[in-house]
Amino acid sequence: MATSAAVSRAEGSKADRKARERSVVRAVLDSHEALLAVIIVVVGVVLTCTSRDFCAWPNLHAILLGMSAESIVAIGMTMLLVSGGFDLSVGSTMALTGVVTAMMLKTGAPVAVCVPIGLGVGAAVGLINGLVVAHVRINPFITTLGTMGIARGLVYVLNGDKTITGLGQSFTAIGQGSLTVDLCFVRFSVQYPIIAALILVVIFDLLLRRSKFFRQTYYIGGNEKAAFLCGIPVNRMKVFMFALTGLLAAVAGVITLARFGSTSVSMGVGLELKVITAVVIGGASLSGGAGTILGAFLGSLLMAIIADALTLLGVNPYWNNVVIGGALLTAVLIDTLNKRRKGQL
Amino acid sequence: MEDREQVPGPILGVEGIVKRFPGVLALDGVDFSLARGEIHALVGENGAGKSTLIHVLGGILQPDAGRIALDGAPARFESPRHAADLGISIVFQELTLAPNLSVAENVFFNRQPTLGLGIVDRRALYGRTEDALRSFGLEIDPRLPAKRLSVAMQQMVEILKALARGPRVLVLDEPTASLGAAETELLFEKIRTLRVSGCSVIYVSHHLSEIFRLADRVTVLRDGRRVDTLRACDSDEAKLASLMVGREVRDIYGARTTEIGEEVLRVEDVHKGKKVRGASFSVRAGEILGLAGLVGAGRTETGRAIFGADPLDSGRLVVRGKAVRVRSPAEAIRHRIAYMTEDRKEQGLFLKMTLRENCVAASLDCFRNALGMLQEKVISTHAETMCALFDIATPSVRQQVRNLSGGNQQKVLLTMWIGTQPLVLIVDEPTRGVDIGAKSEIYQLLRQSAARGIGIVLISSDLTEVLGMCDRILVMREGRIAGEFARGDATEEKIIACAAGVAPEAAA
Repeated sequence: MATSAAVSRAEGSKADRKARERSVVRAVLDSHEALLAVIIVVVGVVLTCTSRDFCAWPNLHAILLGMSAESIVAIGMTMLLVSGGFDLSVGSTMALTGVVTAMMLKTGAPVAVCVPIGLGVGAAVGLINGLVVAHVRINPFITTLGTMGIARGLVYVLNGDKTITGLGQSFTAIGQGSLTVDLCFVRFSVQYPIIAALILVVIFDLLLRRSKFFRQTYYIGGNEKAAFLCGIPVNRMKVFMFALTGLLAAVAGVITLARFGSTSVSMGVGLELKVITAVVIGGASLSGGAGTILGAFLGSLLMAIIADALTLLGVNPYWNNVVIGGALLTAVLIDTLNKRRKGQL
Repeated sequence: MEDREQVPGPILGVEGIVKRFPGVLALDGVDFSLARGEIHALVGENGAGKSTLIHVLGGILQPDAGRIALDGAPARFESPRHAADLGISIVFQELTLAPNLSVAENVFFNRQPTLGLGIVDRRALYGRTEDALRSFGLEIDPRLPAKRLSVAMQQMVEILKALARGPRVLVLDEPTASLGAAETELLFEKIRTLRVSGCSVIYVSHHLSEIFRLADRVTVLRDGRRVDTLRACDSDEAKLASLMVGREVRDIYGARTTEIGEEVLRVEDVHKGKKVRGASFSVRAGEILGLAGLVGAGRTETGRAIFGADPLDSGRLVVRGKAVRVRSPAEAIRHRIAYMTEDRKEQGLFLKMTLRENCVAASLDCFRNALGMLQEKVISTHAETMCALFDIATPSVRQQVRNLSGGNQQKVLLTMWIGTQPLVLIVDEPTRGVDIGAKSEIYQLLRQSAARGIGIVLISSDLTEVLGMCDRILVMREGRIAGEFARGDATEEKIIACAAGVAPEAAA
């Protein structure tokens, strides 16, 4: 990212010569997704050159699998940020869903019953968040900080210090099964969580971009009072967005539980910060009105690649958070500079 | 009011003050002098330059030209702090109390009595505040946090706070706007005693009747110029009113081109909170109905109640002969009632979004296909058509609205509401803060809309605008319709008299 900024500054100094190239740089700078895609490709090429393992399918598959839960949660988080809210409780909701689903499975109930109940728990947490934020008018930070604590606490209470395992083949297949793809010459298999994440990202990206219903979130985030006067059901939308985010966190929880085959009280710890970071890197603003799901997905991808690169390059994994924090600040910095530049025009 | 013996030399004098804002000449060579111990009223319409003048006197704005003399010596007020140190205290309409601090701490803000070493002497602080409160006849505990007081009480504390600095000049900006009759009486008494102690008062007010009960002299401002300064005893309300509005009505308003049709909206006995108390009126297709009145008369509140933004407590709405229930803006839009807010930046527009997105914000349902997807191309075409029709100056419909001029922004807001295809369009202060050119364009657009059969309710504090545009004018006072005037019958004097509640017989 820093490289691109430097490039654009150098271009600016040779103003009259490379006007056309500059307009390309500007277009890339103006579109977060394009900028991110360029950065991801650059990082990818550099990694391919420095490490033989990076570009191998098993490694790429591991990256995508690792970020699948995160990118599903990022869908909801993007919509919330666009409408001017956010949700800290997603990680705890994910864990609570996992524990409840596992406990249900242990009673011997069929998967087709347990999974909907688990998803219902997540949606319920989201619904509570939404009702409190929209109708009691407590701000999203405090509200979801509260439910984050409550849900995590319930995870400890329900799960205790044991680990629930032996969830049955028919359930774990959701997370461990895979689809083999034949592409002319190459044949590779993709694990279900990746497929689920990609399908959800594509569908919701399209909906948030194009559908009248989801498009209303941009108006709410842009100016809540004006949106209300325009007849947009602001409160109902807020409740729905929080409930949807809870539901998506629950989907991530079920998939993660199935993937690992056992509960973990620390499932999703720190997820909220990771996801918010990805969404902001993807172009959303904490002040609302901006952001796309594709951007958030690319943000998650960039962070996952960076984490992978650190491992491949043998860097102490504790540096991971430092790099991710740095990436967040860089993204916000570029965004701010961009806005200032536009403000001057 | 008896003629007062005046000490030679004014305490405060300004000469030829000029203040320019981008696109507006707010003060155009204003002279003003304040005698010792005088109560000097400052009157004028909205936008006449009253508040700019007191901002200059308070050191908040620096004049572009002109001289200020304090106590006969040239002075410059570099900052609000500096002006306060020189003995000028201003009480603004907006409350500035720290809500969580006690009344006493607010009154002695930054000037608390200390025991030395910067330790606040609480006993002296509360004792002195209690004395001050009592001298105003207020029984308030000085330890109470300011937020626990009513707005009227907070206003009184603001005034105490200003007085605690021992000012030589006290400026009061609409001090009675939030006060009841009893509190107003107390305040007037206090102001009169201040005069005895040698403090001079500049009193800004819309309420002409107050001025005659209080002021020694009155200065009338209009369009940034001083029109006249007269002794209160030589004047009357009618004279002041005509001085305030005296400008000629230029023909920027156009004329009605079509006949007025059937009734489209009837409002019956609408109540909402304390501000709207039984408003009834009706508007017909193609008619432009004016809603005049003082600030705080309940006009905006009535508009918002009809539109469902603050759903009405009781009353009936009848759209084209059918009673309708409106509990939210969405329902209002469905019943083809539109309301264009007075606060375009805070509540009207989506400033960071593009023109095309703003254009369709209130009518998204019209632009979706069977799958619920927005038809981007149709939206762009619609926005381009509206830009051409409304003559909106913009490089592209993908321009962010915040980059447009005030007049163009206002036109975008109008397209947003015309796009909902309303039967009734309530426009609240549609030309506030826009220059004269854009004003005249907005008037033409309202005319065109009326010609297409929309019934328009024009809420405006600009009387020339109301007189120039409206087929019929209603005057609101205290949440009710206090008078109705036909186009040919209305004059500014009559409307002001009716709005202020003086001589109601003459008004009716």
